[in-house]
Parts: sequence; C-alpha cells; structure tokens
Amino acid sequence: MKRILIVDDAATVRLFNRQILEKAGYEVDEAINGIEALERSLLTTYDLYLVDVNMPLQDGFSFLSNLRAQAITQAPAVIISTEAGEQDRLQAWEAGANFYLIKPVKPDVLLQLVDMLTGEDDQ
Amino acid sequence: MTVNVKKALAISQEDFVKFREFFYRKTGIQFEDSKRYFVDKRLIERIEATGAENFRDYFINLRFQSSSDELQQLVNVMTVNETYFFREEYQLKCLVNHMLEDVVRRKRDTSPIRIWSMPSSSGEEPYSIAMYLLENWKGINEWDVELIASDIDTAILDRARRGIYSPRSVHNLPSALLEKHFRPLASGDYQISDELRQSVEFSRVNLMSATDVRQYRGFDVIFCRNLLIYFDDLSRRQAADTFFDALNPGGMICLGHSESMSRISSLFVVRKFPDAIVYQKPLEGR
Amino acid sequence: MALLRNTSTDIRQEIPAEDAASLLAKLWDESATTRRLVARDLARFPEASHRLAERLEEESDSSVREAIITSLAALADITAVTALIDCLHSEDAALRNDAIEGLKTAGGLYPSLIQEALQDGDPDVRILAIGVLESLRHPDVEQWLIDLLDHDAHLNVCACAVDLLCEIGSGRAIPALERCSERFPNEEYLHFAVGLAIQRLQGEGTL
Repeated sequence: MKRILIVDDAATVRLFNRQILEKAGYEVDEAINGIEALERSLLTTYDLYLVDVNMPLQDGFSFLSNLRAQAITQAPAVIISTEAGEQDRLQAWEAGANFYLIKPVKPDVLLQLVDMLTGEDDQ
Repeated sequence: MTVNVKKALAISQEDFVKFREFFYRKTGIQFEDSKRYFVDKRLIERIEATGAENFRDYFINLRFQSSSDELQQLVNVMTVNETYFFREEYQLKCLVNHMLEDVVRRKRDTSPIRIWSMPSSSGEEPYSIAMYLLENWKGINEWDVELIASDIDTAILDRARRGIYSPRSVHNLPSALLEKHFRPLASGDYQISDELRQSVEFSRVNLMSATDVRQYRGFDVIFCRNLLIYFDDLSRRQAADTFFDALNPGGMICLGHSESMSRISSLFVVRKFPDAIVYQKPLEGR
Repeated sequence: MALLRNTSTDIRQEIPAEDAASLLAKLWDESATTRRLVARDLARFPEASHRLAERLEEESDSSVREAIITSLAALADITAVTALIDCLHSEDAALRNDAIEGLKTAGGLYPSLIQEALQDGDPDVRILAIGVLESLRHPDVEQWLIDLLDHDAHLNVCACAVDLLCEIGSGRAIPALERCSERFPNEEYLHFAVGLAIQRLQGEGTL
C-alpha cells in the first residue's frame, strides 16, 4: 500500500485530504510543519508528499530543500499553495517540488495527481 | 444520599477530538484512540482540580488564559516525568555509538569535549552520562570530557552533589554497574562513587536569564530532556536560542522522548542516527 | 584522558554586560554569530526595536533573523509589532512564518494592527494574519472571523477563517458559517470545513 505524508498546519485540511486518500486506498500520515515532516520522513519511507507552504516554524519550501538534501529514498512532492504568483512557483521548483497545486484542491484533481505520481494509475 | 456532581463529568467524543488536536498542536504529542480512557481520566482530574464546571469551561480557560500554567499542569499529568538512572537509555547509546564520533571527527584540536546536562535535577542524568562514557565509549581513552550539569533549583543541586539515591532511582541499572559505582548506605539508599561525583560540575542556571547563560558556550552535546515542554511559546524559543548559542557548530541537542523541536524552534537541523533523532546546529551560518 | 574533574572554575568568570550603544554598533558586524548574539542581547533595551527592525530588512542569515524576530517579539512595542507585520508581505516564506511566530506572542498588545492586517489588500497577508489570531487571546477574534466569512471575497481567506472558527469559535458563528457556504456554492473543501465546524460548534453555546 502506498504511503503519503500530508504536511499542513490546518487540521481541517489534513482531515479532508486524509479522507479522500484513505477512501482511495492510500495510507496517510500527517505533520504539522516542516520540522515534524522531516522527522517523520527520516523514520518512515513515503511514496508521496503533499506540502502546504505557510506553516509555523518551518515552511514547505524549507522542508523540501531539507528533505532533498537527505540521503534517503526520495519521493515526489506536491506543493499546495494559496498563492498563484510566479515567485512561489519558482521557489517550489527550486526547493525540489514536482508539482504545484493552488488551494482549494478539488478531490478528483488531487486523486488523479496522486495516482499518477505514485504510479497507481497504471496498475 | 447527596447528588454526586462529579459523576456528571464526562468527555464526549467531540471534546476528545478537539482536545487531542489542541494538545498535538501545542506539544507534538498525539494520542491514539486507544488512549481515550487515559486521556479522559486525566482531563477530568484537571477539570476537577481547577474547579471548572465541565470540559467546555476548562478548555476555554486552557486556551485563553494568558499564562501557560494550566497547560504545564496538563502536560505534567499526560506525560510520565520520573527521573532515574539510564532513563531513555537509547539516547545514551546514541551518544556513545554515534554522536561523539561525529563530534570527534570535526575536532581540530585536543581540547575537551563538552557536554551540558540541563536541567540536572537530582543528578541522575549527568551521572548516567558519566557512567555511560566510562563504560561504553572507547574514545574516553583518547579524549577529555567536561560534564557540566545545571539546574535553577539550588536545593536540588545540593542533592545532586551529595549523590544519594533510593533503590527506585537505580532500579534500571545493571547490578554490575551498581556495585562498581555505588556504595550501599545503612539507610538502604546508594551513594554514587567519589570519582563520578567529581566528574560532574554542578551549577545554578536560570535558562531565561541572559546574564546566567552568557558564559555557557562551546558545548558539543546538550541534554535537555522534559523541560521545554513545560515552557510557554516565547520562553521555549528563547531557551532554544540559548542552546543554539551554547553549542559549537555541528553540536547536537537531545530532547525528551515526547518532545520535538517541531514545536520549539527552526534553528536546528533534524539528524537521524540509528538509535535516536537529535537536533544539530548547522555547521556554517545558513 | 578521562572525565575531567570538576575543578575548572575559570568558566565561571563574569562577563560584563554591554550597554545598548555598543551593542547597536555591532548589529551590522560582518560575523553572523556576532550579529545574532547582539540581536538577542538587545531584547533588554526598549530603544533598540527601531534599529532591530532596520536590520531585519537587510538581514539574510536565517539564524540572525530568527534572533531579531524573537527580540522584537520580546520588546513588543509598536515599532516592533509593525516591523513584524511588514514581514507578512515578504516574498520569503521562511521570513513570513518566523514573523507569525513573533506576532503570536507580541501581537496581542496591538490588536488594532492585527485587525488592519485582516483587511490588507493582499489575500495572502490576510491568510497569514488569521494564523496569528488563535494566540491573540482577544475577545473580538470570533467577531473578526465572522466578518471575514461575510465579506471577504477570497475563497482561501474564508476557508482559513472557517478552519480557525472550528477550533476557537462558538455557536454564535454558525449562521455566518452557513452564509459563507452559500456564497461559494461549488467549493467542496469549504463545504467540508463548514460542516465540520458546525458539528463542532453545536452545543458550544456562546463564548
């Protein structure tokens, strides 16, 4: 079963995404900010990361740069932002994101993307 | 028969979920559904102790009270905070198996390795570190180690210096070590050897006082377990700042097993060793 | 080589505390370590917030920025809080989020400034300002959130307000939550969040 880490400080967002993903058969873990996300990533292997940008103590971009610097099995990461600006997209790529979504995320769009990035779409 | 008001206190599923989310956000401690009974029982204990009428009143007070006193009380009852020798031994293993090797690899001279245990409490932690180094770290033959242990409480520092412990305090120690490093007293307690007592420097420090902490610099490893979780947000950040400045570049800090830097400060880098996760001061200024 | 005996009393020597003028001069020092220590020390001097705020604008080292923000949060005068709010406009996500941490402790003293940020022209600033509210411990926070639900044109701002109401709101917010849901008819996430908030707040009464 593919395992996904949701990184977002908003409890409601985490719950919403968790329900969508679990219903589709994914296993889901949560983290409240970039530091906790990195702790989890060092203890568990994930197949995908869904990452918010603005979070207390460590933002999503900083988390991704730190994650990409780790000698662990890397997985794709989706930045999910409220900001549609070019500057943010650029920062996301630089930090090592594979995809950029704007909030709010539609469940079917999310699932399609997650299936594609975890390789579940061709199984 | 009188009406038993206390019986009416109950934590609903919604209450539990709300509390769990709040507590997780504040402390990083997450309760599984299976802990429901444990959590409810302790919540009710605190609701009664504070004289709140029900969960709702208590929870409002908890969130809106300007001091964090009640949160501290709550953390206290939700976590087990005992001190004894070789508590959270995985971190001591991590120290001798990996962290010190990392420190030694970076050293450019033969100056002592410096370790700070804060809070020292009654001394179990710094003496455990001392014993672990002597017993389990080969590097002790090549390197000098300076062990400094601090606490805000002078009475507890006196106890630490005396080094007399109850059987309960030493229950986790292998008997060979107990025999080797302790002297049984007529009272049934144990006193730690003079050699170990002399190997730890105890000092009084208030982490929140800039004057107190200014001279604490140049440490390679800091143990600060089960302390920051009781501080409010600003004090926690300031304490993390103090530790950051007290560490050498690449120096590491160990927190308690239920604590995470993810609720405290962004200054450190998460570092995973086989035995434990620790937090490292970046090598160069970021 | 061994554990050293505890006779090294030389580390106990008193280091004299510096005065504000000499510390301020070092805030532009070349060494990041010096700047950081100076920024921390300046938390003792109320007159320092102006210069700390100036330094924050050009500081690029994250550990120094963190120290400046913590000191500004400790000083918590109007200059300090204004400087922290200005950071919410930054392009730098790390700086924005550090500033929020500072505002969580210092913002409560100037609720009108936070309220202004909730009306900022940039929806992302409004969203960040919502992030400060939970720690503000101000009696009007719920009303501010209700106003956002009724008037803010931006879906994500409303969604954030709903998330926070779910945690700190009362039954009083339920009608506004329902109205907000109607304002954005096809938004699944918002409807989910509103539903959850209403479920949580029912039976909460009025704060």
